[in-house]
Amino acid sequence: MQVHKYDVVIVGAGGAGMRAAIESGQRAHTAVLTKLYPTRSHTGAAQGGMCAALANVEEDNWEWHTFDTIKGGDYLVDQDAAEIMAKEAIDAVLDLEKMGLPFNRTPEGKIDQRRFGGHTRDHGKAPVRRACYAADRTGHMILQTLYQNCVKHNVEFYNEYYALDLLTVEEEATREDGSTYLQKRVAGVVSYDLATGELHVFQAKSVVFASGGAGKVFKTTSNAHTLTGDGMGIAFRRGIPLEDMEFVQFHPTGLAGLGILLSEAARGEGGILRNSEGERFMERYAPTIKDLAPRDIVARSMANEVREGRGCGPDKDYVLLDLTHLEPAHIDAKLPDITEFARTYLGVEPYTEPVPVFPTAHYVMGGVPTNIQGEVHQDNDHTIPGLYAAGEVACVSVHGSNRLGTNSLLDINVFGKRAGTYAAEYAKTADFVDLPENPLVETQALLDNVRQADGTERIAAIRKDLQDTMDANMQVFRTGDTIKKAVKDIEGLRERYANISIQDKGKRFNLDLLEAVELGFLLDLAEVMSVSALGREESRGGHFREDFPDRDDERFMKHSMVYKDETAEMQGIKGLRFDTKPVTFTRYQPMERKY
Amino acid sequence: MSTEAVEPASKIDLAAVGGGGGEIPQFDITLRVRRYNPEVSEEAEWEDFTLTMFGTDRVLDALHKVKWEHDGSLSFRRSCAHGICGSDAMRINGRNRLACKTLLKDLDTSKPITVEAIKGLPVEKDLIVDMEPFFQSYREIMPFLVSKGHEPSGERYQSPEDRERYDDTTKCILCAACTSSCPVFWTDGQYFGPAAIVNAHRFIFDSRDDAGDMRLEILNDKEGVWRCRTTFNCTEACPRGIQVTKAIAEVKQAVLARSM
Ligand SMILES: Cc1cc2nc3c(=O)[nH]c(=O)nc-3n(C[C@H](O)[C@H](O)[C@H](O)COP(=O)(O)OP(=O)(O)OC[C@H]3O[C@@H](n4cnc5c(N)ncnc54)[C@H](O)[C@@H]3O)c2cc1C
Ligand code: SF4
Ligand code: FES
Repeated sequence: MQVHKYDVVIVGAGGAGMRAAIESGQRAHTAVLTKLYPTRSHTGAAQGGMCAALANVEEDNWEWHTFDTIKGGDYLVDQDAAEIMAKEAIDAVLDLEKMGLPFNRTPEGKIDQRRFGGHTRDHGKAPVRRACYAADRTGHMILQTLYQNCVKHNVEFYNEYYALDLLTVEEEATREDGSTYLQKRVAGVVSYDLATGELHVFQAKSVVFASGGAGKVFKTTSNAHTLTGDGMGIAFRRGIPLEDMEFVQFHPTGLAGLGILLSEAARGEGGILRNSEGERFMERYAPTIKDLAPRDIVARSMANEVREGRGCGPDKDYVLLDLTHLEPAHIDAKLPDITEFARTYLGVEPYTEPVPVFPTAHYVMGGVPTNIQGEVHQDNDHTIPGLYAAGEVACVSVHGSNRLGTNSLLDINVFGKRAGTYAAEYAKTADFVDLPENPLVETQALLDNVRQADGTERIAAIRKDLQDTMDANMQVFRTGDTIKKAVKDIEGLRERYANISIQDKGKRFNLDLLEAVELGFLLDLAEVMSVSALGREESRGGHFREDFPDRDDERFMKHSMVYKDETAEMQGIKGLRFDTKPVTFTRYQPMERKY
Repeated sequence: MSTEAVEPASKIDLAAVGGGGGEIPQFDITLRVRRYNPEVSEEAEWEDFTLTMFGTDRVLDALHKVKWEHDGSLSFRRSCAHGICGSDAMRINGRNRLACKTLLKDLDTSKPITVEAIKGLPVEKDLIVDMEPFFQSYREIMPFLVSKGHEPSGERYQSPEDRERYDDTTKCILCAACTSSCPVFWTDGQYFGPAAIVNAHRFIFDSRDDAGDMRLEILNDKEGVWRCRTTFNCTEACPRGIQVTKAIAEVKQAVLARSM
């Protein structure tokens, strides 16, 4: 058994992980474990921008940004966290610029800003230009810039090391009222080296999860093949709750049939949506800000157009994104990559032809619950000392039930920085927690089970069926019946998962083995998403129940928390325990969300 | 920079503009993959797979079809599946390309489509190579902004023209398609290679950077820019459309200008 010792271990080298590493690496002995080479992380796919109320091109301030974030999230946002994010946004952008990020500039040389859905001046009066950007490759520039700065600061990476388990111990602790509870403490991480197939134990005083999202639960998605929610799955299996998992964002404009994203920047720069009648239908659904309404509203409007027979194409199953009224030179300057995607993958010329689009699973609002320092909650009342999470894996919760565009690149920078800083500060004062006696048993058993399984089911077939049922039953429109169907299908898929076999039995670069492990995480997460969705009998943000079309603050103005617990039952599913957590309010009272 | 767009019409006649999508053709291909797994054999060999594919499929889809339906041991890297993460550079019909950006219908499907690992880096298994030497060269050219003097307390400015000057080389996704298509690199693995020079260029021509001289010094080395024979393989290979050879030429000129 190979054991490494670090003050801080960060799992994931996307935007959140590397931003954390830059802080932590300068304060404490830090290692970053990542299943991909850092520059392969999906932060690099982000296109449109990162928002901050710089007010470089028009009047703006962080209070308006806070309000938009809270309203955009349909008031399920923890308002203290949103306020911090909007305030620290300005430094987050300037930090990146100092690190070398090549933002687009205004004629005076300031960082240029553009419009994005849901970002408004003065509490909803009109769209505001708040998104800082670098053409339509903002995420690429962020990822490269952060990696460059990690090289500069000699951050230690373990590339193609998969974290598969979190090592925790539990200690009896006493509450103020004298009652006792079990306090979790973090001891380290178990990791699998892809090149050799060896397991490594990383003992650490602090662990930061920054392992990204779980879009691959769905078939049509803008997410990479590798976004399988490993961090959420690992935490969940170790008894850590998952918060608000019913809230998944479906981005309106995925390339039809493929899911590849065409950034909202396309609409921010003037693009509009049309149905089969050539009509700009968003004028009907959001009369004030039309095509720049928040994503959940636009996605549902599109799906509704298709349902009511105004879809385009031979199967009438998509709508059109129209850029043809924009100057080709403007398109080339502002949207070069995404128009190239339309040409390469659909053979459509966006200068002259509208592009077929349909909603695509894009972002998981829920995740591992943390406080504003990035510290992970083990339940509503206690955090786990030394355990942190940031980025898409986490839920602080700044996005509530629907994330605004450009708020995630911001989130990963603000809370990545916070998590890295606090993790290092904690490690300075804390001692190592002794490793459990047999730190590898669980992981070894998990891998042996897959390797030695000699069933008849193929991983890819189960994954496809999972993604199909999630697309069919858990997408932009949900009802009690469709969700129950998904839950039932997942149960069946779990049985099939117990009867798999893989073909690659070797140790070197065994991605066959790891795809099987990743599917295990996807199944866990799909179940948590569906069961949470079933319980939430209302419509809010990204979660729309046709059988309960209104927001119901009385019953549901609270976060869902789902625990793995063998002794419990939730919505008829054994092994899950349900709880809720209050939403933090500061100064914004819930209002109807109209645009 | 941003210009205000004209307000678009509420309704248009779609027949006038068309708008993509139609029937998707289906066809059979033979995918001929260079297999290598030292756990099984020291010898590499070709293996053929016959697959039914669609007109919208890419080489990556064909590889996935093999892995997911025929032989799970076939090993290759991939993540984003749309040409942005740089994981899946490989030699397709003898040319370096990203598997996820290469549509099958654009290849000659009447003949076997050959797929093999990129050249010049040690093959680990099937299409997976050891990327460490590639990233080592990258790290050596100081791929980060160095600005001397006081950090501005507020926002630092850069004119749009200065920003435009190095735009092309900021697009690099470190896929190694260029470096591993370079005949000089094949024979001399010590050569920095085009990708490292591209990333040096990105900082040398950034008006905010003050370490250009140090990078030029590094690239003036015998394994530096002067090894480039201007064969243009790199420019042809680059999936991001970066003018790699031009960037190298500009760095060469900068080295010369500096020594004068
Ligand atoms: C196409 C697209 C466009 C987008 N555009 C925008 C935009 O314009 N603006 C905006 O604000 N947001 C945008 N987003 C959202 C935003 O990009 C992401 O939410 C954000 O980048 C996530 O960053 P992250 O660091 O949390 O995760 P990622 O960048 O996904 O990184 C995850 C990291 O975790 C590692 N990892 C995962 N599992 C393991 C494991 N088991 N062991 C070890 N390592 C592991 C991976 O190797 C990777 O390094 C976009 C998203 C997509 C998909
Ligand atoms: S210059 Fe082009 S080919 Fe070379 S590594 Fe960068 S993106 Fe790849
Ligand atoms: S899979 Fe990301 S570039 Fe091809």
